[in-house]
Amino acid sequence: MPHSITVERVSKQYRLGEVDSDLLYERLIDWLKHPLHRHGTRKREAIWALKDVCLEVEQGEVLGIIGRNGAGKSTLLKVLSRITYPTSGSMKVNGRIAALLEVGTGFHGDLTGRENVFLNGSILGMTRKEITAKLDAIVSFAGVESFLDTPVKRYSSGMFLRLGFAVAAHLEPDVLVVDEVLAVGDAAFQKKCLNAMDEMRSGGRTVVFVSHNVAAVENLCSRAVWIDNGEVRLDGRPRDVIEAYMATNAEASRLAADLSRIQNRRGNGDARFTKLEFLNADAEPLKYLSSGDRVILRLHYEAVTHISRPDFEIGIYTDLGMLLTKFSTFTDYQITSISPGQGHLDLVIDCFSFLPGRYYLSLWLKIQGPTYFDVLEHCLQFDVESSDFYGSGKGISRYFGLVFLPCQWRLLHNPVESGLVEACPQP
Amino acid sequence: MEAVSELWRYRELFYFLAWRDVKVRYKQTALGVAWAVLQPLMTMVIFTLLFGTLGHMPSDGIPYPLFYFGALLPWTYFSATLSNSGNSLVVNANLLTKVYFPRVILPTSAAVSGLVDFAVGFILLLAIMAYYRIVPGWTLLLWPFLIVLLFALALGVSMILAALNVRYRDVKYTLPFLVQLWLFVTPVIYPISMIPERYRLFVALNPLSGVIDAFRASLVPAKQVDWQLLLMSSIVTLAIFTAAVVYFKKTERAFADII
Repeated sequence: MPHSITVERVSKQYRLGEVDSDLLYERLIDWLKHPLHRHGTRKREAIWALKDVCLEVEQGEVLGIIGRNGAGKSTLLKVLSRITYPTSGSMKVNGRIAALLEVGTGFHGDLTGRENVFLNGSILGMTRKEITAKLDAIVSFAGVESFLDTPVKRYSSGMFLRLGFAVAAHLEPDVLVVDEVLAVGDAAFQKKCLNAMDEMRSGGRTVVFVSHNVAAVENLCSRAVWIDNGEVRLDGRPRDVIEAYMATNAEASRLAADLSRIQNRRGNGDARFTKLEFLNADAEPLKYLSSGDRVILRLHYEAVTHISRPDFEIGIYTDLGMLLTKFSTFTDYQITSISPGQGHLDLVIDCFSFLPGRYYLSLWLKIQGPTYFDVLEHCLQFDVESSDFYGSGKGISRYFGLVFLPCQWRLLHNPVESGLVEACPQP
Repeated sequence: MEAVSELWRYRELFYFLAWRDVKVRYKQTALGVAWAVLQPLMTMVIFTLLFGTLGHMPSDGIPYPLFYFGALLPWTYFSATLSNSGNSLVVNANLLTKVYFPRVILPTSAAVSGLVDFAVGFILLLAIMAYYRIVPGWTLLLWPFLIVLLFALALGVSMILAALNVRYRDVKYTLPFLVQLWLFVTPVIYPISMIPERYRLFVALNPLSGVIDAFRASLVPAKQVDWQLLLMSSIVTLAIFTAAVVYFKKTERAFADII
């Protein structure tokens, strides 16, 4: 079977720093001083966004690309879609390729919905005939029938996005390259988008899909590639790749972590997490964590400045990167302020209701708005063990899903003898 | 050759971008496409009053309104194209960084969309000629060639400016000034006959001189087209256009990275 995409030893170098505006001036001066010398570009620091990337994608494959921010995913996508050129190496695509790096590329606010469908469609590589034929389908997919002759600048942002995606969903390329466009829009619309992508997959098209949403990659893709530091770190079945990717973000399972030395963090540093501990009900360090335990999560922090109304957040993820729950002092409990210096706060969870398995934890320290003091993504990996919560001698299995809700069974009518079956021990 | 066949494959995008430029240009304006005519028309009135009636500028026997409008029509196209097409890459940066297409489509479609204004102005020009009861001679047949020449010149200069603009935004600020200067070194306000014979060759280095002079001369049968000057202009235009294509091709790979 022919390869849809062949990427051979592709590397891409970027120069760091701004392209200074006085460069032309400097070059002119250089040239005037020594008109006969060869004057190359001034040396600036360079980084390799991609290093020797080799990739072959078969026709009909749906490839998911995962990796951290800045790992080179987007650069790879841009090389694949020919927006940018590799510094070395070569790339070949068989068939018509369409790149979807943004919803509604080239939309012009002054043009009407109809006019923008034609413009955007042709930018994405559709012919006028194709667009004319699909106009009705596009419009009803987006649900903007009555606004078709209104300039899109009067559209709500939701309508704008829906129209943009509707055009994209009706593309019929041989190879489709998609960047995180699914990250936008309401839930119903996202579902529509995922269905549209699913249809493309079943239609035998090759799809390359970049996302932070590893759960989406797991669901949609037949193969996954993990890009780390500009290189292909792992290539294989989505589940295997995602598990390996998630595992390197956090170290081995731990129930306490020194966070002060973690390098991979974002935020302005006005306040930082220093330590995280799982404690038992008596505030002693927890040896292991079981489903149904009463747990205290103790967060240590150090603040440089006085911060009013800080928002501490803890997120818990599955090993496939799906967010299970988030705790936030902003919604659950108001902290008026924290003062400079060290401090800690406890999150008491009466019943840790996750089934046995591996979980990840992320921490945010911020205030409402765009200010982040400290962000630690997937900084801790921990295992939840099976427990005999109901005292029945049988543990709660990990195969029961992700969460469990403490419960009681009552048998209220039994033809032989009526009675009550106690399913839960009274504490 | 491959580049040409690729351009052909992208002809519809080319059409849509030019169509967008035309469509958007006069959106939400009260006067609409009338603006295409108003600008050269008003300038013509001012020039006629200022340089003609007051300044007694020699006009080679052509009525002032025709003398000025005949030169202002191509000049307006040229200067508008320089600023629209010269900024086309920067203005459409979001397209450059999100989608692949032959980059040359952007400055070219901007230059093509200006031809619509030119066509509207041409109708007014015919009206002015009718008013003065001037029957155009066979030299009016020269216009298609002159328009191609004007287009190639405007596009050539614009492509260089557009490519430079991607790296050095100085171009954006230089453009209005450049256009202003260019007006003065081109025989728009004055006839080329005002320039002493021995400097004529110098004038020919500005390819726009020959083009605009020919536009003007071809309107009235009584006036002779300066063939020598036109030939010089054609050669310089061809050189500029070739250089522009080469330079654009050389730099376009980096556009998305540095814009």
